[in-house]
Amino acid sequence: MTKNTNSQDESVHNQTKISRRDMLKTAGVGGVGVILGATGLGGLLTIKEGKASSTDKKEIIPFYGNHQGGIITKTQNHVYFVSLDVTTANKEELVKLFKDWTTAAALLSEGKPVGDLSSNEFLPPKDTGEAEGLSASNLTITFGVGPSLFVRDNQDRFGLKQKQPKELVDLPKFPLDALEEAWTGGDLCIQACADDLQVAFHAVRNLIRIARGKAILRWAQTGFQRTKQADPGQETPRNLFGFKDGTINPDVKSEKQLNEHVWVQPGDGPNWLVNGSYLVVRRIQMFIEVWDRTTLKEQEKTFGRFRDSGAPLGQKDEFESLNLAQKNDQGEFHIPVDSHTRLSHGDGSQPILRRAYSYSDGMDAKTGSFDAGLLFLCFQRQPSKQFIPIQERLATMDKLNEYISHRGSAIFACLPGVKQGGYLGETIFS
Amino acid sequence: MKLLKVSGILLLSSSLLFGCATMDKSTSTDKVKETKNTASEALKGVTDEYRKYAIGEIEDFVKATEAFTTAVKNGELVKAKELYGPARMYYERAEPIAEVFGDLDPKIDAREGDVPEAEWTGYHRIEKGLWMENTTKGYEQFAEQLMKDVNLLRAKVETVEVTPDILITGAVDLLNEVSTSKVTGEEDRYSHTDLYDFAANVQGAEKIYHLLNPALKKKDKELSNEIQTRFDEVYRLLNQQKNGNGYKLYTELTEAQVKELSQAVDALAEPLSQIGIVTEAS
Repeated sequence: MTKNTNSQDESVHNQTKISRRDMLKTAGVGGVGVILGATGLGGLLTIKEGKASSTDKKEIIPFYGNHQGGIITKTQNHVYFVSLDVTTANKEELVKLFKDWTTAAALLSEGKPVGDLSSNEFLPPKDTGEAEGLSASNLTITFGVGPSLFVRDNQDRFGLKQKQPKELVDLPKFPLDALEEAWTGGDLCIQACADDLQVAFHAVRNLIRIARGKAILRWAQTGFQRTKQADPGQETPRNLFGFKDGTINPDVKSEKQLNEHVWVQPGDGPNWLVNGSYLVVRRIQMFIEVWDRTTLKEQEKTFGRFRDSGAPLGQKDEFESLNLAQKNDQGEFHIPVDSHTRLSHGDGSQPILRRAYSYSDGMDAKTGSFDAGLLFLCFQRQPSKQFIPIQERLATMDKLNEYISHRGSAIFACLPGVKQGGYLGETIFS
Repeated sequence: MKLLKVSGILLLSSSLLFGCATMDKSTSTDKVKETKNTASEALKGVTDEYRKYAIGEIEDFVKATEAFTTAVKNGELVKAKELYGPARMYYERAEPIAEVFGDLDPKIDAREGDVPEAEWTGYHRIEKGLWMENTTKGYEQFAEQLMKDVNLLRAKVETVEVTPDILITGAVDLLNEVSTSKVTGEEDRYSHTDLYDFAANVQGAEKIYHLLNPALKKKDKELSNEIQTRFDEVYRLLNQQKNGNGYKLYTELTEAQVKELSQAVDALAEPLSQIGIVTEAS
């Protein structure tokens, strides 16, 4: 895999050079040129060139490959996540949509617009323009298909019923779930991650525009993490409760671990999903006002970790392996039985690849509190043996439940990667 | 009502000229010119046809406004309320032309807050009286003024020159009006007859599509079919909200229905925005 990635990097690098030239060309004919016309075309070119040289291949994640980006990719600063409903009933239109998305996503991943500016001023520009001149910002666009794409209201919508994996079914209702229809489910998903929110939004916006008449937005959520600029040391990010989140994750450099826990393998189910991965999304509201008046001791017992260091209670270092058996002088477990860390970990046999982001959506109009929380995104090979048993334990016992509420939920099968000349979903449709 | 409409067109055309001037590639300049010339020649018949249509709508608008304002002046509250929604439809269909007259459009169609309170006249001024105060009393002079303004519009509309711009931007603008004010229930905020305006805007856009369709089919048959399919879908949804000859009140729609209508308009307007390809030399 490592080798593979390298060769992709190289080809992308070559394309990058062309892309910058294309960008200069576009700028000369483009809307920006018209607006900035007064300063003269020469000045404009200088600006563009300056930008181009500061953008190197490090900010481009290859779109083509065995796997889609945005799964084992180092978590970017921002996510723009959308769930979609397919409105067309025509399979050919659906296939065309995936093909059009493939072309667009490949361009976007390289920081290019989805279409050149036309010389016909009676047409709207093909690209919406707000990412003009911006770097690709490590943009990844990850596409997934939900259970309802295969069967909805007992209807085999696109003749794909027999291709629906057994694992791709609506999640069971967990105790304490407070799911809202408006934040639940979807036929398709797009997860756009980038180090710049404008770049991520631009990607989603253009993809949704391409989908007009074929698919519509069902729900959308942005998310953020501390930025790389703010945390050059790249510590484990903290969630809005102030605790480090994501300490234990499969090692994305270990092909063995990824094949075991993240990528769907031959024989797991229908072959079209091999090299894909299941994504479980939960929109978890966090009652931060309530949390903020909880004592430090209580907060730490709730998580089972020290807030400051992130180390497990009774231990010293964040990355020490959990010592769940260790007891204190009173004979109690250092890491309480109802703590989030202990319950999430279980017997350690169900690791999931977490890629969560915080969200803050302004104010909850009903209560006047913050509407904030976690957009929990996790990838895995088999939800029935990974997320589902973990969440069953958490929903039943987790002390953290006093401070959170699961408002949204969805499951998607993230498609395998696309090879040059191929298209997203090809393995399902062909 | 769209106050910025006229200045918008002016801005557009001046920026285009500006764009040509700063472009040093002669080929691009030629291409732009070529596009423009082809546009006006190929679309000559179409623009004449549209002019007739728009004037016809404005003529009917005069008649409908006469009936409406007469009812207001005669104190016939129920009748005035009945006539309000349907009368506006003629105006809404011909809006790309009607709103060319930047001075008259606000007088006829301004909503509360669009203009200073003291200058607020027209349909929506009377709408507020009919529905919020449940009376025609005190609104007679507004009815009188409205009739004068509409008659003036009828006279002025003869002078309008219909350009391909008006047609091409007009079709999508009509749907943009739907997206930004009708589907949100802000147009007829007292009477809640927004769906009348909604339907009329869609019909006005469809008229332009029909006129341009022969040329469009030659350029891109698939696009032409797609637009027709999307019009059909919008009408299918609108027809579900019919109430006799008219439409249900906006307030009778569920949130899901509003969302569905809104997304159907987006699905239509996106391919319709490509209709400008008819101006390209083949």
